Amino acid sequence: MIIDTNVYLSRWPFRRLNGDEPEWLVAKLIDAKVGQAWAGSFEGLLERDIAGVNTRLAETCHRFGEGMLIPFGTVNPKLPDWQEDVQRCHEEHTMLGIRLHPNYHGYKLDDPVFADLLKLAAERRLIVQLALSMEDARTQSPLMRVPAVDLAPLANVVKITAGLRLELLNCTSQIGREDYVAAIASGDVSMDISMVEGVAGLARLVRQVPLSRILFGSYYPFYYFESAVLKVQESGLDDASQEAICVENARRLIAFA
Amino acid sequence: MLNRRTFMKTLGAGGALAFAKADVRDNHGLDASMRIWDQHSHLGSVPGDTPEERMGFLAKCMDRVGVERLILSQGYSDDRHPNPPEQFRLENDRVMRAVRAFPDRVYGSVYISPALPEFSIQELNRCVRDGPMVMIGEIEADARCNVAAMDPIAEWAIANDVVVLQHEWLNALGNQPTESTPFDVVELARRHPKLQIVCAHTGGNWELGIRAIRSTKNVYCGLAGSDPTNGYVEMAVRELGAERVIYGSDVGGRSFASQIAKVEGAAISDSDKKLILGGNLRRLLAPVLRKKDYKI
Repeated sequence: MIIDTNVYLSRWPFRRLNGDEPEWLVAKLIDAKVGQAWAGSFEGLLERDIAGVNTRLAETCHRFGEGMLIPFGTVNPKLPDWQEDVQRCHEEHTMLGIRLHPNYHGYKLDDPVFADLLKLAAERRLIVQLALSMEDARTQSPLMRVPAVDLAPLANVVKITAGLRLELLNCTSQIGREDYVAAIASGDVSMDISMVEGVAGLARLVRQVPLSRILFGSYYPFYYFESAVLKVQESGLDDASQEAICVENARRLIAFA
Repeated sequence: MLNRRTFMKTLGAGGALAFAKADVRDNHGLDASMRIWDQHSHLGSVPGDTPEERMGFLAKCMDRVGVERLILSQGYSDDRHPNPPEQFRLENDRVMRAVRAFPDRVYGSVYISPALPEFSIQELNRCVRDGPMVMIGEIEADARCNVAAMDPIAEWAIANDVVVLQHEWLNALGNQPTESTPFDVVELARRHPKLQIVCAHTGGNWELGIRAIRSTKNVYCGLAGSDPTNGYVEMAVRELGAERVIYGSDVGGRSFASQIAKVEGAAISDSDKKLILGGNLRRLLAPVLRKKDYKI
């Protein structure tokens, strides 16, 4: 059984993906022994009617997968009245968390509005997922060059946000490992494995950051789902470590929320 | 050899969410008959102080994910464009040490550069004609592969029935000045229609790279060294045919995992997966392997 903390619903703007229909996605996840998947929405990257995006996400998660899809709503703090989106995610849709895309929404992590958003989410005990990159910068469309999020300011923001539970998604190698280590050491910050690379890369990661902060995330359907599973297999980690990454660490976050 | 279906890791059960016990890859994964051969691997970014130690580490990882054999090149220098020639020789010697230590798991591929044409022919003779190596490349050098200096190398490859693995990219942020593109590979391949040449990365930007090589039948689509983006292999098979698509990982900078996933997760037939994961490479290498009386 796996808890996959990083899947997306709806359409990637530049490519049809096997699995971008919810029926396909759910069937794939069930076949792969995923018991629960935390789902964001590709629509949240570019659309400005975020309330509509989140309503569709919640409805889709309700209609498909018999409860296995856990919606994580989008919040764009550069939109007017973004606080209402946080409130609706929490109260109307009873979401457990939100997913942020600073590099698509046009703010840096040292922007005061980011600190405000984290504070509000922490007060509501929402898990915050921070997507650092959606696509290798070397393969992006010339119409949309979106560099990875600059992670350097994150540690200071985390330190001043009481009660925050944060997960970094799509931890690209375009960001230095020392930035990840600093961010994770600054508070209750975890990271997913979808973009961890290098031969036996997961085994190396476990030596650099606490095991309890590493979560299974496939980034399906943008990535082939099998990539994340094979990373666990290639790592050679013992059963207890695999269980922590694939289930227990995510379960701890959910219990908090 | 590890049977991939024997990988059984039971994960936790019970607790607040009441998940049932199951294994990560139960009823999932590739059939053991797939025989995975990896056409693109390096000793760089692999733990170990010697070629033998590094190859030993790779062999453990190969066992975990079911890779039968590697084609290894480039040694492990931090210098991506070695010069003077002695550095190439050192890197090739490192690869040959790894091959000697693990003859059943790895074949060697010779590292050369069109920027050093005379030396390159000497090294081809030393490492392939008179030595244990079976392939050329990954060529990643201070000259693009469409230069005239590649012609003697291509002619040598044809005369000796040896396949070439050529580094190339189509980087949206811009290639390095001497970095090849798939278009350069096509240019070389059209000058030498009997040359068998593999694009190491098919542009990285694979939707462009696949189109760039589509009409040049002696150019092959290498899958190595890019993100495991959904749809890559399906498009390659649709546009090129499975016979022109070849799995490789680009370890140690990449994992076996993310690169095998491109094939394992693709919506293609098992027979196509067999070709891509090893069948095509064995077919291309067969002439030189037979000459050397090596296992296929």
